[in-house]
Amino acid sequence: MATKRWMGWILGFGVIAMAGYFAKTLGSDDRRVFLPGATSHGHYQIELQCSACHSTWSGVTVEACTECHGQELDEADDSHPAAKFRDPRNADRLERLDARQCVTCHIEHRPSMTREMGVTLPNDYCFHCHSNIAEERPSHEPYGFDTCQSGGCHNFHDNRALTEDFLSAHTSDPDLQPTPERAVVVRAIDAKQTLTTLDHDAPGAFATPRAIDDWASSAHARAGVNCSGCHRSNGDAAQPWVEAPDHTTCNRCHEDETRGFLGGHHGMRLASGLSPMTPEMARRPMQPNSHARKLDCQACHGAHAYETTFAAEEACLGCHADEHSLAHRDSAHASLWTRERAGEVPRGRGVSCAACHLPTVVDLQGKPLYTQHNQNDNLRPNEKMVRSVCTTCHGVEFALRALADHEASKQGFAFAATSTLDTFALIRNQQQALADTTVQ
Amino acid sequence: MNQDTNVRTMQHHRLTIAIAPEHRIPRSTGPLPYAPIPCLAACLALLGSVPGCGGGASSGGGLEPKAVADMLHAVMEADRTNYTKQVVNRLIKEQKVQVVNPETSAPEPFGASEHWKSEHGKLPLPAQMFRMGAEAVTEKDVGFTYALLSKWPINQQNKPKTAVETEGLDAVNTNKGKEPFYGEEKLGDTTYFTAVYADVAVAPACVDCHNGHKDSPRSDFALGDVMGGVVIRIPLKS
Repeated sequence: MATKRWMGWILGFGVIAMAGYFAKTLGSDDRRVFLPGATSHGHYQIELQCSACHSTWSGVTVEACTECHGQELDEADDSHPAAKFRDPRNADRLERLDARQCVTCHIEHRPSMTREMGVTLPNDYCFHCHSNIAEERPSHEPYGFDTCQSGGCHNFHDNRALTEDFLSAHTSDPDLQPTPERAVVVRAIDAKQTLTTLDHDAPGAFATPRAIDDWASSAHARAGVNCSGCHRSNGDAAQPWVEAPDHTTCNRCHEDETRGFLGGHHGMRLASGLSPMTPEMARRPMQPNSHARKLDCQACHGAHAYETTFAAEEACLGCHADEHSLAHRDSAHASLWTRERAGEVPRGRGVSCAACHLPTVVDLQGKPLYTQHNQNDNLRPNEKMVRSVCTTCHGVEFALRALADHEASKQGFAFAATSTLDTFALIRNQQQALADTTVQ
Repeated sequence: MNQDTNVRTMQHHRLTIAIAPEHRIPRSTGPLPYAPIPCLAACLALLGSVPGCGGGASSGGGLEPKAVADMLHAVMEADRTNYTKQVVNRLIKEQKVQVVNPETSAPEPFGASEHWKSEHGKLPLPAQMFRMGAEAVTEKDVGFTYALLSKWPINQQNKPKTAVETEGLDAVNTNKGKEPFYGEEKLGDTTYFTAVYADVAVAPACVDCHNGHKDSPRSDFALGDVMGGVVIRIPLKS
């Protein structure tokens, strides 16, 4: 009897201790104990901010996903929007695959079954709705359903660079465009507003020669933005001096850039209310001496100088040490960038890291608007890069072949891809068949 | 295709459609819930309140699904006709508006194109405009859906799938669009009132595009032909 009582006490104490431990941990910054499995490549940065994805009592909702990915899907002209599956005529399909819910295909914390794009379904999921594709398109008969989106032909959401019409219009593209020049953002600066070292308004203790010289050489000084413009709230001289302004200060004038930065892997921790990302947290190989760097605006642009040329390549390679990054310096792309910096080729001809990963966003008339600071925006699936980046200099087929060649990509595109893509063979066969029909 | 190797069972993803009660319309009696159909609320309220105008009024004073479907179709048809005549035809055919090509800076004719999203200075085709409306309504999840379907669609996803769709498209094709087709069908766990209205080739552009399109299964459409049908679905209270 006494033993049972002691057992009861021990059990009760254990339960209370565990409850206390979990309650304390839930309220702390380190909630790793609650992770049910390793988080995917796209979310591990914010995995300890559970509320970024999980809603109380309702799990992971579509709204939680679209809060970060909704705009991207809209811009991608999503081929399979959830609304398409709300049509009652798709009720039978929903019983097989509920495509209204993001978590049907993207289940988090399941590393053993997570594939490219965070997809956790078997590769052949297209079968559920397109099982009769070989009847509709006999040309597809030889292909397995596991190759639809792994063969460089289709994506579930973003097919802007893979539609039949787009590819058909580009079957005759040259490998290299006649004028391979990317758009460059050039901000008009009124020379009358330009400030010099003599004009700075920083308090004595903060006006170090290095800071003042760097600022005087910056676009900020040329545009008339004095020290207080960033170091005091709204540039108001009556406001207290802020020693280290953060991205919210940059956002006052650079809204598009800040939004992009917060939307990508560099800034998503800040966007979720966490400490800045550091290379030490990254899963990809990083330079050993970079591990402690905090990923804020200054990490790439440098405080005061806000140098965009440095930020376009050297800043990236100061941290990133994966094969693709290390191979970049030996590529034709990098060589052109070196020549552009030396003034040997026109501005926009060089290809820095930023040229592809932080491209200039242009309007429908091709006018440069701003620099996309979400380096993940066009990264996956990598065909997203074709329209916004690659075709500035290359033909569509050349670009798609290069992107589909994982070895060429790994080597920083130091060599041209040698593989071919079936998708262009199918398009050409179709064009020939149509031409034959027209002749008859 | 070897289907055996590709079939997957996904029991853990199985879900059924859940239609909110406020989106369901009584089978025969009871008032129509106006709120879920905001774009037509004023129209329906007017028709429902004016004696003699609510031809489909049920004995309980509400509206039959058939009357609701007819009203919805009337609005759809009117909007589509107006877009075709007052926007597309007026700007392109009558006013012959020109736009400046951003690459060559040369003026070029304004137009409507299937590829309007990627082409400069192009309007969506009337059928695409109609489809976008259907998608936007589905997005709102207001309780009814509609679609433009055909036995000879350019996109195979738009061919009839259910028995009622097939029967309805056959019916309006046979009667040359003189009468709509009405039916009921159970999809998932919900029963729907389904109405099918003929979609007639009213302009040469409709016929030319469908006859010449590489993905069109039919190339002999003529003006006045029934090319497909507008399918409207209204959930019924089970």
